[in-house]
Amino acid sequence: MNRIRPLEARKASPLLVSLSAVVLGIIAGCVFILLIGKNPFDGFEKILFGALSSRRRIGNTLGMSTQLILIGLSVSFAFKTGLFNIGASGQMLVGGIAGSILAYYLPMDMPRVIYIPVIVIAAAAAGGIWGFISGLLKAKFNVHEVVSTIMLNWIAYWMVYDFIPRFIIDPTISVKSKPIPLEHTLRAEWLREATGFSTLNYGFFIAIIMTVAVWFILKKTTLGFSLKAVGSNRFCAEYAGIKVSSSIMISMAIAGALSGLAGLTYYCGYSEIMEMGKMPNEGFDGIAVALLGNCSPAGSFFAAIFFGILKMGRGSLAATGIPTEIADTIIATVIYFTATNVLLSAFWNGRFQRSFEKKEEAVSYALKAAGDMRCASDLSRKEFDELAKKGRKLMKEVR
Amino acid sequence: MLGIRKEFPGIIANDDITLQVREGEIHAILGENGAGKSTLMSILFGLYHADRGVIRIRGKEVSIKSPNDAFSLGIGMVHQHFQLVHNFTVAENIILGKEGGFVYDIHRASKRIKDISERYGLSIEPDMVIEDITVGMQQRVEILKMLYRDADILIFDEPTAVLTPQEISELMEIMRGLAAEGKSIILITHKLDEIKRVADRCTVIRRGRLVGVVDVQSTSASEMASMMVGRPVSFKVEKAPSNPGPAILRIEDLSVMSSRHVLGVKNFSLDVHAGEIVGIAGVDGNGQSELIEAITGLRHAESGRIFFKDADITSMPIRKRNELGLGHIPEDRQKRGLILGATLTDNMVIKEFYKEGFSHHGILDYPRIHDYAERIIEKFDVRSGEGAESLAGKLSGGNQQKAIIGREITGEPDLLIAVQPTRGLDVGAIEFIHTQLVKERDAGKAVLLVSFELDEIFNLADRIAVINAGRLIDVVRTDETDVDSVGLMMAGIKASGGER
Repeated sequence: MNRIRPLEARKASPLLVSLSAVVLGIIAGCVFILLIGKNPFDGFEKILFGALSSRRRIGNTLGMSTQLILIGLSVSFAFKTGLFNIGASGQMLVGGIAGSILAYYLPMDMPRVIYIPVIVIAAAAAGGIWGFISGLLKAKFNVHEVVSTIMLNWIAYWMVYDFIPRFIIDPTISVKSKPIPLEHTLRAEWLREATGFSTLNYGFFIAIIMTVAVWFILKKTTLGFSLKAVGSNRFCAEYAGIKVSSSIMISMAIAGALSGLAGLTYYCGYSEIMEMGKMPNEGFDGIAVALLGNCSPAGSFFAAIFFGILKMGRGSLAATGIPTEIADTIIATVIYFTATNVLLSAFWNGRFQRSFEKKEEAVSYALKAAGDMRCASDLSRKEFDELAKKGRKLMKEVR
Repeated sequence: MLGIRKEFPGIIANDDITLQVREGEIHAILGENGAGKSTLMSILFGLYHADRGVIRIRGKEVSIKSPNDAFSLGIGMVHQHFQLVHNFTVAENIILGKEGGFVYDIHRASKRIKDISERYGLSIEPDMVIEDITVGMQQRVEILKMLYRDADILIFDEPTAVLTPQEISELMEIMRGLAAEGKSIILITHKLDEIKRVADRCTVIRRGRLVGVVDVQSTSASEMASMMVGRPVSFKVEKAPSNPGPAILRIEDLSVMSSRHVLGVKNFSLDVHAGEIVGIAGVDGNGQSELIEAITGLRHAESGRIFFKDADITSMPIRKRNELGLGHIPEDRQKRGLILGATLTDNMVIKEFYKEGFSHHGILDYPRIHDYAERIIEKFDVRSGEGAESLAGKLSGGNQQKAIIGREITGEPDLLIAVQPTRGLDVGAIEFIHTQLVKERDAGKAVLLVSFELDEIFNLADRIAVINAGRLIDVVRTDETDVDSVGLMMAGIKASGGER
C-alpha cells in the first residue's frame, strides 16, 4: 500500500502562471496608456473592437493567428523534445517559397482536392528538410541548434533573393513575387464570403489539425514517447536504448515541417506574394507564443489567438490617439512576465502556502476543541477541509 | 549545539537536537540518509540557520552566519567531495583564500605547511600538483587546509567513501593523532565499523530527532545499528552457496577509452556465469564505469570482444542488448536511471514502451502501461505521493532505486548489472536490494555487481574480480579470501606478491 501523502498546499499550475502573465501585461499596458494621459478602457475597447467587432475582423484575427499557431507548435514541439528552434523564420521562408513556386507552375485546372494536399506536403517537406539539417548538424557534429537554425535563417533569406527573380518574379515590381491567383492560394470562396473577404483561409484548419496532431504525437505515440524521453533526459533515453541522434533529427524535421506549413499559410493564404529582403517576424513571435502557451499544443493555440487579437486590434488604437506601439508593448510585457514564470509561480505558491498554513491552524484549533488527539497531517483532504471550516468558525466565535 | 531545530517546508530536519563535543574527542554522528546529519553540520558550518537553539563554543554563545564565521571560530570541514583546484600545487590550494595581502609569500606558506604536516604525520609535499597525487593524499591536503586555518573543530563528512581499506586505516591514525593534539573531531558516517574503530562517543540521530549519545567502547555495533534504524537489523544477507551454470557474459581482452582519452579499461577478461554474483571490487575511478558502459553499449570498445549468451554484442545497439536480456541498474540513478521530470508510469516502460503489449502500431496503450507500472510499484514497495502518476523526481532516493530495480528485474534479464545499487541508501533499503539481487541469482540469473563498498561485495558476491587502473588484478572466490588481501589488490598489489 502506498503511504498517504501528507497534505500540502497546492502548487501553481502552468495555466495560472500564463494567465497571470497576461493580466500583468494588460495592467502594464493600462499604466502606459494612463501615463500618456489617455483612458485605458478606451484603448482596450478599441483593441477588442479592431480585432473582434465584426465577422471580417474576427476572420482577419484568425487569419493572422494561423501562422502564430503553427510556429508556436513548431517551437513547442522542439522544446518538448529538448531543442530550441529559433529557425522558424527560415523554415517559414523555405516552406513559403516551395508553396509559391508550385502555386505558380502547377496547372490552373488542377482540382483543389489534389492541389491543396500537394502544396501542403511540399511546404511541410521544405520546412522539414530545413529543420532536419539543423538536427543532423546537432546529432552528428554537435553543432548547437540555436547557431545552426539562425544561420539557416539567413541562408533561406538569401535563397529567396535568388528564387524570386529566377522563378516567380513580378515583372512590374522587381522586389517581390507575382501575386498567386486566388484559386491557387489557400483562400476559399465560402470562407471569404462568410467573413466579409477577410484573410481567413484553409490555413486555419491546417493549424487546428496540426494542434491535434502534435498533441496526439506527443501524448499517445511511441514516437512522441521516445522524443520526449530524449528531450527530458538524453542520458536516460540513451541508457534505455532510444537512438538519441535520430530522435534529434526527427524532432527538428517535424518542428521544421510545422514552420514550413506556417510559411505556406502566410505567403499563399494570408498574403499572396513573397517579398525579397524580409525576414518574417512571426518566426520569433512564435517563440513567445510557445512560452506563453507553456509549450503545450492547446496552450500555443490559445496564446497565438491572444497575440493575434493584440496584433489585429492595434490598428484601431490610432483612432483614440493612443500610439499603436502600446499593443506591441503589451505583447512584450506579457513575454517578459512569461519569461519570469519562476517568480510568478513562486508568488502563487507562497500565497497558497500561507492560506494552507492558516487552514492548518484552524484545523488544529478545531481538533483541540473537539478533544481529538489526531494531528493535522494524519487527516484526509476532505476531513481537513471540513475541519478547517469548523475551526475558522470557532475562532471567529471566540473573538 | 543545544536544542537545535530546523524546519524545511514539509519536514522537520532537526527537532531539538543537542550535540556536545568535548575537546580532544572523536565524536561520531550516526544516522541514516535523511536523518538530519548534514543539516545539523550545515548549521554548525554556517550554511543554514537554525530556527531555534543555540551554539556554544567553549561555553560562549556564538552566531554563525556564514562559513567565514565558522572558519574564524576555528571550525573546519572536510567535505565528501574535495574542494581543490586540480592544476594548483598543494601549497597554493592550502593558502587559497588566505593569501594575505596582494603579494603572497609561497615559501613561508610552504614552510608552515611542512611544519604542520610533520607535526600531525600527514606526509604532504607542498610543491606537488593536486592532480598528480592520490585521493588519500588529496584528503590529507583538505585536512591540512583546515589546520592551516587554525581549526580546532574538524568536521569529516563521510570521509572514507573514496578510500581503499589501507588508506582508511591511515586516515584513522591521523584522526587519532589530531585528537591527541587536542583537536575535536566530528565524524559523520553511516558506517558502524569505522565508528567502532576510531570514535570515542557517538550521537545517534533518527528522523531529525536525537536518539541518544553512547560510549562507543561499551556499545556493540548492532546496538548502534538498531538505534539508528529503530529496529533490529541483520547485516548479513542470507544466501546459500552458489550453483553456477554456463557462462552468460564473456569479456575477452577488452580495452575501453575513458572520457579523458586514455585507456580506462585495459585488456580486461572476465566470465560471469548463470546463477552467480560476481563482484567487481575497486576504488572509484579505476575503470569500473568504462567497463560497465562498454558492456551495456553506452561506450564503444576500443578492442576486445564481449559475448552475451554466445552472441557477440561488442558493437550491438543498446536496444538490441536490452532485448537479448541485459538488465542494468545504472550507477547514477538520477542521470541515467530515470527521467526525473516524467511520471513513474513512463519510467517503468522506458525500455519497453515500443513493444507489442505496451503499444500497437506506434500508439501507446496507456491502460496496460499503467497496470504494468502499478504492478512493479506494488511488488517492489515503491512509495510515492501519487502512486504511478508521481513524478520520478519527487521520490526519495531509496524509492527511486527500488523503482529502477523493479523495472530491471521485471524485465526478466538473464544478466543483471548492478552498479553501486545501494549508494546513499538507508539500511532498510539496502537490505531489500541485497535480498533482491540474491533472489535473482537463485533464479539462475547472472549478476555482475560493481561496488566501492567492500562490505557489500563480500556480502553478496560469490566471486570477486578486483580492478585497479583499468586492469583485472585477479578473480578470487569470496570464501577463499579476506578483506585485507582484496584491499591490497585494490591498490594494485597481487596476493602472490609483486605489482602488476
